[in-house]
Amino acid sequence: MDATAVRTGTEGKTWGGGNQPLGGSYGKLMMWFFILSDGLTFSAFLAAYGFSRFKFIEEWPIADEVFNHFPFLHGVDAPMYYVASMTFVLIFSSVTMVLAVDAGHHMKKNKVIWYMFATIIGGIIFVGAQAWEWTKFIQGEYGAVETNAGRILQFVNTEGERVALEDFAGQLPSERTVLTRSEALWYQSESSMPTVTYSEVLAGFMEDDNILVRTDVINENGQKTILSREESIKKLSEDGVGVVQGANLKHNEYGAPLFADFFFFITGFHGFHVSTGILINIIIFFNVIIGTYERRGSYEMVERVGLYWHFVDLVWVFVFTFFYLV
Amino acid sequence: MAHDASHTNESKSNSAVKRIWTVFIILSVVTIVEVVLGIFRPEFLEDTYLARMKLLNWIFIILTVYKAYYITWAFMHMEHETKGLRRSVVWTAVFLIAYLVFILLTEGDYIHDVYANGFQNWDF
Repeated sequence: MDATAVRTGTEGKTWGGGNQPLGGSYGKLMMWFFILSDGLTFSAFLAAYGFSRFKFIEEWPIADEVFNHFPFLHGVDAPMYYVASMTFVLIFSSVTMVLAVDAGHHMKKNKVIWYMFATIIGGIIFVGAQAWEWTKFIQGEYGAVETNAGRILQFVNTEGERVALEDFAGQLPSERTVLTRSEALWYQSESSMPTVTYSEVLAGFMEDDNILVRTDVINENGQKTILSREESIKKLSEDGVGVVQGANLKHNEYGAPLFADFFFFITGFHGFHVSTGILINIIIFFNVIIGTYERRGSYEMVERVGLYWHFVDLVWVFVFTFFYLV
Repeated sequence: MAHDASHTNESKSNSAVKRIWTVFIILSVVTIVEVVLGIFRPEFLEDTYLARMKLLNWIFIILTVYKAYYITWAFMHMEHETKGLRRSVVWTAVFLIAYLVFILLTEGDYIHDVYANGFQNWDF
């Protein structure tokens, strides 16, 4: 049988197999492999975001103007507070997770159960909070006009405060209705229509001398440029093509459409990670309850899912910085 | 860290839990500082540029890396792993990400200049 035996000459050496050269079990090392590669994926997304932002540095939306909502504070300009509380929820769920891992090291089953339960609740709150933020982002607030070049023109009054399209748009007779599948020729439909039409916005704008156009160009003071009344009329009548309310992957009332694309993609991918993290946490949670790890004599599975959960928190720390702060 | 049920003792357990709460306090304080700076945006930090970036943004990024360090080292137990595991994870990530970010941001800046200084008007 000697001829068939594979001899590598590494028997008994560190990397010869059968031992743990890096002091970790197979499952834990594989989790680190995964986390490293997933971390590189996320950094590629964020680096691509940086690339596009540097490319369109003067027309990039200002985060404080986009994410300034807080539940029950309608119309109040509250940047940062909401996303900061989301961050705290996630950091705290990381703390309960690491406490669960620590309790597992000491084989304290009941503590593991309660800490994991708290972690799952924290994760669910975070995903729910993200859904609310997406809703606000998709709905939009003031609306804007898009130009031929795909640039965004927003509207302010003479004090420089933002004005919603509905507030100054005129009323024109229109027979345009939402296109439904039953009315369309071939599998066409649309989900909704803007509440005002472009011609209504234009008519209302021409009548009201207090409304000015704010372009998406950032001036040297770090604010968006506000045009004079004459420039506004010229800009809007020459360049404007349509109304944008809210944001999707193609149009975006806040500024460069790429901003919305990256927002949906990166926070969405992160939210997907949180969701799968919750799912895996729930599976492990029930395994803890039925005593699987108690019988196995080791709570290492809790530690592995903990690694994943902390990684999700780690990614959020970077997303928070590059989307909301910088 | 070799955790064996038989080696459990209360003092060791307490020190691990204490470390967790210390790190939580550090992360919270750093986050609060970030949020306060993000809301007030002090003018001198906005107007001072270091290596073509606002000082404020440098502060945000450094604080973020500081938080990332604590999450990885304390929460993900990197401080208790062997040197080999630590280096193969951290160095790989740090070098590849630094390279990627440098190259993409340089290219983005260049394309911006091409758009800004070219003869084609992109705003019509």
